[in-house]
Amino acid sequence: MSLELRDLRKHFGRTAALDGLSLSVPQGEFLALLGPSGSGKTTLLRVVAGLEFAESGAIEINGRSMHDVPARKRGIGLVFQHYALFRHMSVARNVAFGLEVRRRSERPASTAIRTKVAELLDLMGIGELAERYPEQISGGQRQRVALARALAIEPSLLLLDEPFGALDAKVRKNLRIWLRDLHNRMGLTSVFVTHDQNEALEMADRVAVLRAGRIEQVDTPDRLYAEPVNAFVHEFLGESVRLDCIVTAGTARFQGLCGTNLATNCPPGPAIALVRPHEIGLLPGPGPVRVESVHATGPMPRVRVTFAGRTTEVLLPEAAPLPTIGQGYGIDLSRARIYTLNDVSNPLAAS
Amino acid sequence: MADPHVTRLRHGALITLTLVLMTLLLLLPLGVIFTETFSRGLGAVLGALTDPDAIDAIRLTLTVAAVSVPLNAICGTAAAWCIGRFDFPGRTLLTTLIELPFSVSPVISGLVWVLLFGANGWFGSWLDQHEVRIIFALPGLILATVFVTFPFVARSLLPLMREQGAAEEEAALTLGATGWQTFFRVTLPNIRWALLYGVLLCNARAMGEFGAVAVVSGHIRGQTLTMPLFVEALFNDYDWVGAFSVAALLSLLALVTLGLRVLLERQMGGSRRDIF
Repeated sequence: MSLELRDLRKHFGRTAALDGLSLSVPQGEFLALLGPSGSGKTTLLRVVAGLEFAESGAIEINGRSMHDVPARKRGIGLVFQHYALFRHMSVARNVAFGLEVRRRSERPASTAIRTKVAELLDLMGIGELAERYPEQISGGQRQRVALARALAIEPSLLLLDEPFGALDAKVRKNLRIWLRDLHNRMGLTSVFVTHDQNEALEMADRVAVLRAGRIEQVDTPDRLYAEPVNAFVHEFLGESVRLDCIVTAGTARFQGLCGTNLATNCPPGPAIALVRPHEIGLLPGPGPVRVESVHATGPMPRVRVTFAGRTTEVLLPEAAPLPTIGQGYGIDLSRARIYTLNDVSNPLAAS
Repeated sequence: MADPHVTRLRHGALITLTLVLMTLLLLLPLGVIFTETFSRGLGAVLGALTDPDAIDAIRLTLTVAAVSVPLNAICGTAAAWCIGRFDFPGRTLLTTLIELPFSVSPVISGLVWVLLFGANGWFGSWLDQHEVRIIFALPGLILATVFVTFPFVARSLLPLMREQGAAEEEAALTLGATGWQTFFRVTLPNIRWALLYGVLLCNARAMGEFGAVAVVSGHIRGQTLTMPLFVEALFNDYDWVGAFSVAALLSLLALVTLGLRVLLERQMGGSRRDIF
């Protein structure tokens, strides 16, 4: 079901956790909230779930305002970062909890609850764990129990806070595919928080990039990667090489790289150019770029080059002729993007 | 490096010394009480314990404990929950205040009630006009006991509640549980052993408290003498059999408490032994 957030604001002391944040998530979407720590991702999730309250702004689920609706009546499934399973209850009791606390008139019969719990656990592939306790199962299994517990109440919206944060890399990879598949099969609307750009780009229909309580850009992974609206988004998603340049009359010039000029609509003055390692081209020499080393292992050869007093890595296209170490080459920066200095990211925040 | 033989000897000597001191200071008095009590024969003990004044003292002690322990269990849990779950101005102050009864002399803990509700106290004349007796009566005994034993429950819960955090309670809320459902199905089961531990210590102190209770009691035999006060009264009357019999009963309570405490600590994983 659809979620609509308008101009949410919330402060912790004097820092803004949500700074006029607006976002809409249509029915069936799998949306990732991506941002560095402290960017307000978790706060946003908690505000939507009703565990935290925004100072102003509106939250609507299916067009219905959540303003006066307490957390327990929002019908939102929330999967906590550390799962928050009830430690004194078996897996089955954990999953049944949301159904058992319902008022008698709305509560399914106990046999119906049992059937539903068994179904959910089977769906999660952990049917055999029903009688175990949270401390007796692995992290990945706990994650599935937490998900089953959240799904048992048939939530209109599923929120996941760093769902894979506490898991090791291999379990993570499998769970990603599995969760995305589950979302599709069950026709859920999901929002998940992550600080891992690969996770966001791989799993989500759309990714919202957050910084300091604001959304910098919401887009499909492809568009986000190919057309970042500002330097922060560019640097946060994938590898970036940053070069200083000067813009004069619609042309960006690079220091120490004469002849490499780019057309731009940035205002005149100092600016920066950002380019992905695979977007940098090496032109047959001679030129200002010196090749330091070549690593041809893997599909795309990695080349370390120095130019204008700095060292960076260039990814050459597959099957490209390998450059010679020690030789000078020209550089093709035509795919670089020029950004004004005022939206340069905080280097500490770009992890 | 020291010679391992010497080290072992030194360890052995220290352990022996500790054991000897423990025996002299802790076990010997306890042993004296029981041997002294039963040296006059079981009949004398039973006679002393079934004396009407003794029965009154036992009943009074049980009544005081039966009111003050549940009261403190509820207030202590509420206080620990507030402090452990919420950030509010004055939180640190409240945490310190909870410990106040431990740092104040029990005599003072009794005296404040006399100053408030005694004949010459702030509310003394008003209470007198309405014929409400607090000091030298059961309400005073309960007030003094509640004050002195307040920290036990709150202090045994606080570290645990802080450690466990609010996530499970929040999860229960998002799953549709009401506040009470969350408390009884999630919070309480998570703190049950620590709560029981606090209640146990609270009860031991409530039954054994002397100082604060002595101030508000008035020492009316058969009416306001709790067991510890009764022991003193008997002792002052040179009634050795009576004094030692009641004292033995109180010591028995201490031993039972100790045993239950060890069991509970084992339940809690032995990690909470440093609370008191």
